[in-house]
Amino acid sequence: MPAPAAPRATHPLIELSGVSFRPGERTVLDAIDLRWGDASICALIGPNGAGKTVTLRIAHGLLRPHSGTVRFDGRLPPPGDTAFEGQALVFQTPSMFRGSVFDNLMLARHASGLPRAGFREQALAMLERVGLSSLADAPALKLSGGERQRAAVARAWLTAPRLLMLDEPTASLDPEARESIEQLILEIAASGCRVLMTSHNLGQVARLADEVVFLNAGRLLERSPAAEFFRSPRSAEAQRFLQGELPWRPDTTITP
Amino acid sequence: MISEALLQALALLLQFEGDVAGIAALSLQVSLSAVTVAAAIGLPLGALVAIARFPGKSTLAVTMNAFMGLPSVIVGVIVYLALSRGGPFGSLGLLFTPSAMVIAQTCLTLPLIAALTRQMIDDAWHDHGDTLRSLRLPIGSRVRVLLWHCRFSLVAILLAGLGRAISEVGAVMIVGGNIDRVTRTMTTAIALETSKGDLALALALGILLITIVFVLNIVASVTRGFAMRRFGG
Repeated sequence: MPAPAAPRATHPLIELSGVSFRPGERTVLDAIDLRWGDASICALIGPNGAGKTVTLRIAHGLLRPHSGTVRFDGRLPPPGDTAFEGQALVFQTPSMFRGSVFDNLMLARHASGLPRAGFREQALAMLERVGLSSLADAPALKLSGGERQRAAVARAWLTAPRLLMLDEPTASLDPEARESIEQLILEIAASGCRVLMTSHNLGQVARLADEVVFLNAGRLLERSPAAEFFRSPRSAEAQRFLQGELPWRPDTTITP
Repeated sequence: MISEALLQALALLLQFEGDVAGIAALSLQVSLSAVTVAAAIGLPLGALVAIARFPGKSTLAVTMNAFMGLPSVIVGVIVYLALSRGGPFGSLGLLFTPSAMVIAQTCLTLPLIAALTRQMIDDAWHDHGDTLRSLRLPIGSRVRVLLWHCRFSLVAILLAGLGRAISEVGAVMIVGGNIDRVTRTMTTAIALETSKGDLALALALGILLITIVFVLNIVASVTRGFAMRRFGG
């Protein structure tokens, strides 16, 4: 199984300093400051349009902020249009490519840095681990939603990331599939890989996360241990969010 | 007169010997070669233009689209000038050979294949680009993955290219010279026989041309349907 490399120095794993994202007239993120890397699983939560997905994309290096800096393990985003080395991101709707499930996992080889022969064994072992070994030769485009999500998590995990980001990993999955993904996330965290995830499922956040970061309207309003956040949220917005009273902001949902 | 010519054309087709078979074989050989060369260049080129970020990308895309409609006689004249004795490639002695016809048809089909591939891969990049960037694949691998992902749809582009090549008459007439048993293709023969009044042979070749294009499309469609059922749509 891929083990994440040891942290290089004392830098926070993720460091967002004054990060703003303003496509056109809209403000999607407004001067976000976040230094994170100590908790095993951190959940970014907030109503729709709060800026959770954009935060993940910026932290991953897929989007460039209009102001502010992003660092991962002390490093600035790589040049070009590629993501940070040492990170993986599972999108809310994971892409699968025409070919077998195994072929799709092999796409992680380049990011893993492993030779082809060694990586094949790892990919097969990973399929076993995520319960997809019987589907190794199945067409990836014919997987169910839960199977597709597990395959995407497996592909991301195969890159041996120090940080795995998951954007709404169980959105629109049935309870059984959701539970299997949650188990997988706990396994990944137990392996030493940090997990940063977004979720609208507050029960899931309470079950999985050690720490919660609450965003609303593009601003980071609160960061607390998960138990404390659910027991006594400090900000009025977080209290209203937990009571289901915060409206979502359709004007800030963007397609980057 | 027409029905008589049609009956003679069918008789010629049933015999399928001599001129008809030779002309059909040369047409297929030239057009398939041209499409193969154009695909080898146009598929990766179109995908690269779709994926890469560089200054002037939009201008290049518009130019590629515009060149799809390049008149075949213009291509014929340009290739003729390039291959004629006084031209830059005159020393190769390719003018009035099947190779010259392959070159001309490659020039005709390359913009079509590259432009349509660019559009198709651009759409695929919109859907899958973030995943490929997240997996930190180098640009060559991104091109390869997306071309493979879109392979069933790309067949339609190759068929369009083959249709353009095998049905054009202007370029091959100019650079091939329509020499009997050397550079005579179905389209140049149809043009010649019609002007001579030999409607039977012209009709026979016309029917054969349509049949070949039809069969190729059926084979491609059946193969595509089978493969999509097997590997997912």
